[in-house]
Amino acid sequence: MTLDATDRAILNRMQDDLPLTPHPYAAVAEELGLAEADLLARLTRMKQDRVITRFGPFFDATAMGGAFCLCAMAVPVDEFETVLTKVNAHPEVAHNYERTHRLNMWFVLATETPEGIEATADAIERETGIAVLRFPKLQEFFIGFRVAA
Amino acid sequence: MIDATDRQIIEALQGGLPLVPAPYAQVADGLGLDEDALLYRLAEMKARGVIRRIAAAPNHYKLGMTSNGMTVWDVDDDRITELGAQIGALPFVTHCYERPRALPDWPYNLFAMVHGADGVEVEEKRAEISVILGDACRARDILYSTRILKKTGLRLKTKG
Repeated sequence: MTLDATDRAILNRMQDDLPLTPHPYAAVAEELGLAEADLLARLTRMKQDRVITRFGPFFDATAMGGAFCLCAMAVPVDEFETVLTKVNAHPEVAHNYERTHRLNMWFVLATETPEGIEATADAIERETGIAVLRFPKLQEFFIGFRVAA
Repeated sequence: MIDATDRQIIEALQGGLPLVPAPYAQVADGLGLDEDALLYRLAEMKARGVIRRIAAAPNHYKLGMTSNGMTVWDVDDDRITELGAQIGALPFVTHCYERPRALPDWPYNLFAMVHGADGVEVEEKRAEISVILGDACRARDILYSTRILKKTGLRLKTKG
């Protein structure tokens, strides 16, 4: 799909927090000088076309007593799809990317308890026979989620 | 920490917030809560950091940001806090973390995600980071993502 200037303005605004009020989209539409129905129609279309992968609350597993951990595996090319199926079958795998490196599969585990990270990573090692390197964050310098559309 | 009602709210919202004029009323209705009670709990969860924000996750690829490089750096431990803050503040860096090394396979302790329209743009941005790190950086690499293999929000296991 092609995005027009209004779509881009919406996308930039919607990467910031939505107000916690009964009619949040009406409030954002007013900020942007749009009709609420137009905003909702455009958001719905961008979500259908996967320009927006998800719209809603971003939960922090750490604040719920859980944990996140970036993990990496060196998967032989001819086993890649088989290993991928096994890794993605775990609901704790939140994101997974193929990357250009000997360590070619990088995924984020999100679990409800800190122990869940080790349990899940160990299970993946057992199921695949491949080491799961673990890179928990030690310091977070900034989260600038925003992408200028 | 979260209680049983918070957990129900999270489960109801993990797929996303409905794109309707009164989304919280619709979600509250499905949970048998008042809209006010739901809004109050969401505000509480935001105050506690359980909810970071209610927002859109854009698809970089669909926005023409087709090149996405995870730049990684082996930075002097004594300087990583100072230098990490400088790298994290760069406008083209979307995520920046210190993580443990995994020697001997992985000597890098600073991770900075850089997005661009193409590899040339990402390399230019990477060169800027390299200049800032200077001689505090002993080794570097960049990993391009070639495929999204999975992307979901946090999923809670369904518990009784």
